Amino acid sequence: MINMHWLYVFAGFVFAGFGVASARNAANPKRWGNAAFWSLLAISFWFGDFFGDVGNGVLVLALVALAGLHLQGRGSEQTTTVEERQRFSERYGNKLFLPALIIPFTAFVGTLLFNYTPLKDSGLIEAKSVTLVLLGFGVIVALIVCYAWLKPPPMSAVDEGGRLSNAIGWALVLPQMLAALGAVFAAAGVGAAIGAVAGSIIPQGSVFLAVLLYALGMVIFTMIMGNAFAAFPVMIAAIGFPILIRQDGGRAAVIGAVGMLAGYCGTLMTPMAANFNIVPAALLELKNQHGVVKVQIATAIPLLIANIVIIYVAGFHL
Amino acid sequence: MINYWPLLGIALVVVGFALRFNPLLVVAVAAIATGLLGGMPFLKVLGVLGHGFNENRIVTLIYIVLPVIGLLERFGLQQQARALISRMRGATTGRVLILYLGFRQVFAALGLTSVAGQAQTVRPLVAPMALAAAEKEHGELDEATAEHVAAMSAATDNVGLFFGEDIFIAISSILLIQGALKTYGIELTPFELSIWALPSAICAFLIQATRLLLLDRRLRRAAR
Repeated sequence: MINMHWLYVFAGFVFAGFGVASARNAANPKRWGNAAFWSLLAISFWFGDFFGDVGNGVLVLALVALAGLHLQGRGSEQTTTVEERQRFSERYGNKLFLPALIIPFTAFVGTLLFNYTPLKDSGLIEAKSVTLVLLGFGVIVALIVCYAWLKPPPMSAVDEGGRLSNAIGWALVLPQMLAALGAVFAAAGVGAAIGAVAGSIIPQGSVFLAVLLYALGMVIFTMIMGNAFAAFPVMIAAIGFPILIRQDGGRAAVIGAVGMLAGYCGTLMTPMAANFNIVPAALLELKNQHGVVKVQIATAIPLLIANIVIIYVAGFHL
Repeated sequence: MINYWPLLGIALVVVGFALRFNPLLVVAVAAIATGLLGGMPFLKVLGVLGHGFNENRIVTLIYIVLPVIGLLERFGLQQQARALISRMRGATTGRVLILYLGFRQVFAALGLTSVAGQAQTVRPLVAPMALAAAEKEHGELDEATAEHVAAMSAATDNVGLFFGEDIFIAISSILLIQGALKTYGIELTPFELSIWALPSAICAFLIQATRLLLLDRRLRRAAR
């Protein structure tokens, strides 16, 4: 059965490729730092399950040391020039979109095929990982198509992957690090402490104020943790269940579902949600690292107000 | 008795980010400090951190698409995305991004969250298209405007994803809500929860679409 483990092994090869590309780039004065960083990530994906927790912790510290001591750099990239790209684009035209669409198409059609045909019972792919496994499969198909059609130099997939990954740099593992921080926060009792603070400032007698505090608590805690999933159990325990559901008789489905979405408004406003807010800024090569968060605030605030109104009206008055 | 000391870890994160230390370093230092303040021995903290890192590899998985995207960029994918939009009459930044927002929400609502995303679609296709459309309206873009349009492309992807995915009944957040409420003896089906994601999804679409139309207007005005 193809499960996440195999996908991690494949990803390990991709990250090892980033390492090889970095080592090949003689124009980067810190190329060995880059190579070491991606190699450690590859090792984590290949062997992380065999290291034990402390072993993985040491690996994390090594990654952090490479980033924190600024041992990574960038060199001029070995790729095509803008003029060459313009010529290629005129030559190949809209067909260039096809390989890019292979990945989502494989994931989309493959998931449907898998779920609505007997393949589901065949045990070929682990059911809960289907879309991601097919995404990985789509990457392989797209690479084969690109090589067969465009006939690039043999190492170019490695080099181009390295070019993009080094443009993102350490930010690429920041989301995973923040998830690990969340695990430490949970183990150290941060959630319990925040819940106690939030629970102690609840005003009695006003349903609207309680709704407001619940939603704002979701937003603030989500902004701190970078993730609404960590905030939800805490806020439901502190305010959602004891005050809104049990005391004030609110509709549990609304308080649960829309409370989570209020937290998502917080996700839009925090650099701690690095995979959505910081990595894209690096991917798009923005000058301002916080450029994406900045433009999202003006959507997040009206949307938060809408969610508060939805909780209040649908939760208590419908 | 609740131990409030671990809250200092949050302060460390905020201060570290504000002082612009390397974020990986900030996170690692904050994690270790928080664990120690929570009364855990050092090796235990290191273990929890390592375990958390290993268990969350799925977050980093998506970057396996980078070699394909990079290879296609080598052959002019971004240039072609621009060319397609600049030939298309009536294509504005706002309209391109509103169309993408709608698709992103619908696909996420069907549970297909990873068919699009910042690395898969925004960098190679959506952002170049939005920029090309802006140039058509506005002429050559100054750096601040170009950054704003690119950032709006990334933001549109996030809004579409966040406020589409909870309509799908088997998404992890719906299962988390269901599980959390169950511990208090409240039994709800995923459908009873996901139906309540719809009003917020509609609001999200309307708010983001309004902002995108305003962006169009701003680009047109600045062109005159």
